[in-house]
Amino acid sequence: MILASRFFFRTLLGSLRDLAPIFLVIAVFQLLVLGQPIPDPGGLLMGALLVVVGLTLFVMGLELGLFPIGESMAHDFARKGSLFWLLVFGFALGFGTTIAEPALIAVAAEAARVAADGAWIASDEHSLRQYALGLRLTVAFSVGLAILVGLLRIIHGWPVHYLIIAGYLGVVVMTRFAPAEIIGIAYDSGGVTTSTITVPLVAALGIGLASTIKGRNPVVDGFGLIAFASLTPIIGVMAYGVLWS
Amino acid sequence: MNWLIEFLQTLLLTVLDVLPIAAVLIGFQLLVLRRRIANLGRVLIGFACVIVGLALFLQGLEQALFPLGTLMAAQLTAPEFLVTDGSAVLDTIPWQDYFWVYAFAFCIGFSTTIAEPALIAVAMKAERISGGAISVMGLRLTVALGVAVGIALGSWRIVTGAPLEHFIMAGYLIVVVQTVFAPRMIIALAYDSGGVTTSTVTVPLVAALGLGLAAGVPGRSPLLDGFGLIAFASLFPIIAVLAYAQIGAVVKRTRGSEDKP
Repeated sequence: MILASRFFFRTLLGSLRDLAPIFLVIAVFQLLVLGQPIPDPGGLLMGALLVVVGLTLFVMGLELGLFPIGESMAHDFARKGSLFWLLVFGFALGFGTTIAEPALIAVAAEAARVAADGAWIASDEHSLRQYALGLRLTVAFSVGLAILVGLLRIIHGWPVHYLIIAGYLGVVVMTRFAPAEIIGIAYDSGGVTTSTITVPLVAALGIGLASTIKGRNPVVDGFGLIAFASLTPIIGVMAYGVLWS
Repeated sequence: MNWLIEFLQTLLLTVLDVLPIAAVLIGFQLLVLRRRIANLGRVLIGFACVIVGLALFLQGLEQALFPLGTLMAAQLTAPEFLVTDGSAVLDTIPWQDYFWVYAFAFCIGFSTTIAEPALIAVAMKAERISGGAISVMGLRLTVALGVAVGIALGSWRIVTGAPLEHFIMAGYLIVVVQTVFAPRMIIALAYDSGGVTTSTVTVPLVAALGLGLAAGVPGRSPLLDGFGLIAFASLFPIIAVLAYAQIGAVVKRTRGSEDKP
């Protein structure tokens, strides 16, 4: 109990230090540059308190729950020795975490509006929803595929930059063909798909796998899953834009 | 009371967010792996901590930081703030006059990245498996600096109206060239740090800044120019981390050659 509370307070101090810069930036710009008082300082303080406690609990939960489960599953899959099920798991994890991602839902709705303005689709409610859903499925599929290929890479020990450079080439080629309005949204979609809960889990999975397989170095081979998973959606969204325009 | 209801709503959304992940994990654990999870109680407590923590975190951001941050982004990009003497014509504001916008973009990019939970997670992992060669704080500061430069440059792009693709492709080219020369150990981690910088804290504030800027600058459309800041925020940390590792390697090499003779 004493150990747990000491852990909590140490993490709490870390969170305070991590969040201090944001509050400093907001206060300095609001008071000195814009020359305006802080509206509702009580509410801001309350919100700040929630953010600090929330981050503390999150970091504690990482150590207790997310990291261990990601690693133990990687070990179990390696011990089971079934490549097929590992790849199915990777795909399901990527697809499942992306399809429900709130940031992606927002981006898809935005893209549907762009498409309707460009008159590629009818601007009634049904077509908009259809288009947005199709886009979400495309992105979720891209992320699932990215994790699957990324796991194959760890197992075979392919250098990570081959995959990334191939991804970059894909983006560059698609940019030439994609309609101008979709490009900004596509580039941004790569950033929004990797959520706060998926990242630690996927990182733990990759590192767990790389440290289980002989001949792989966890530092060199364990990372890279997240990078690939934020490249493929860019290509997916642009391809989707090309198909519909 | 109101606060409690809002919190419960956020909590519910977070749980819904975690549900597909939990379903995949539990499904595979029970049906495919058929193994008991070690320290199940601890793992469950950990999951509860993550969910409640993330809900509190989001609730606090929604309540305090996001409204103020988006308001500030709007105020900083408003013509009334930029043209103080009232003499200049509105549609010919030179890009230098947006100085405070770039400064704000830099600072907000840096500070939100330092607070980004996903980056904290990856940095913790990196420190542990590299045996301390990569430090949590060193990695986070480098990434934050990359995001800060990226968002400041991205804001400048929106103001000047230069095409987004050119910047992204030039960025890719730099990354590819750096990859050839960078120490092998850092490459995958550098690529990953691009993806983790943009999640909970950075995206809403930065997206608001981009859209506000595109709406406020004469001749820009929010649709064509407002997006793309997040792409900058995920490209520049890669360049920053690769550069950091390379500088470190060069310093080590020159020091090593000094020691030898």
